[in-house]
Amino acid sequence: MNQVMLITGTRKGIGRYLAEYYLAQNLTVIGCSRSAVDQNHPNYQHFELDITDEMAVKQMFATIRQTYGKLDILINNAGIATMNHLLLTPVKTVNHILNTNVTGTFLCCREAAKLMKRTQYGRIVNFATVATPLKLEGEAIYAASKAAVVSLTGILARELAEFGITVNAIGPTPVQTDLIRAVPPAKVQALLARQAIHRFGEFRDISNVIDFFIRPESDFVTGQILYLGGV
Amino acid sequence: MTQETILHTIYRAIDEFNTLLPTSQHLAKSPHTPLFGGSQAHLDSMGLVNFIILVEQYAEDTFGRAISLADERAMAQRHNPFETTGALADYIARILDEETA
Repeated sequence: MNQVMLITGTRKGIGRYLAEYYLAQNLTVIGCSRSAVDQNHPNYQHFELDITDEMAVKQMFATIRQTYGKLDILINNAGIATMNHLLLTPVKTVNHILNTNVTGTFLCCREAAKLMKRTQYGRIVNFATVATPLKLEGEAIYAASKAAVVSLTGILARELAEFGITVNAIGPTPVQTDLIRAVPPAKVQALLARQAIHRFGEFRDISNVIDFFIRPESDFVTGQILYLGGV
Repeated sequence: MTQETILHTIYRAIDEFNTLLPTSQHLAKSPHTPLFGGSQAHLDSMGLVNFIILVEQYAEDTFGRAISLADERAMAQRHNPFETTGALADYIARILDEETA
């Protein structure tokens, strides 16, 4: 049977690209997002849900188990960002970002690990960000939420190692997607200037790292955070 | 949902769980089988985690919906819901009743 991969947040941007990229490599891809997608590939199944809704997430994983009998790879791509000075950040925004980026990632990791444990094999890739190590002004809550993901990644790597599950994270630089559309160009240029390689990240940079993390041969690689662009 | 159906679901989880254990440590398919927390407990904390995961998965198959057994509600019960298979079956019945109410 094909490898079975779940990617969260496949409606657009990096998630959509990754779904198409891995479908082209003959993987069975399951995606989810809060709204429908126009993806009709025969090896693609979509769930419409909010990844912070515990019972909806559990139901999705129950369906994956009943349909495919296993889950080999989880890519926790779904995430949201905002650009706000501390003094102008509403608590509602804080809760929304923490729920999606931290709780959503946690829930999917937990339910995926239950499935992967049965086969004693799994690859989990979380999404961090260069905003955390670069301590970007205006991104306090986004960077803090991804710092939590970094912490989660390191600890889950240890908790899940005995089940043959690796847990790693990729820290992308800015990629030209909706996520950074609202960021002023001058801010983006200043950020690119702090990278060792001063360019936007591209989708292929991300799939290249994920390819490495999810290879069966990468079974001795876990708890790692790989930042792009030389950050 | 009858107690018998729920116990049968737990026994299916026991069948799979036992395949992971030496014969001498197999769980018996009885409502009185001690699981966790009592003086006769068969499971340590990691054993309970592994067993509960299986019970949740078989319960999903039997009852057609996801249930969560290890949460703050379980910790708040007056009697340990994981002490025996029978106590676990009672607890699952309560969860299913509450969710359909």
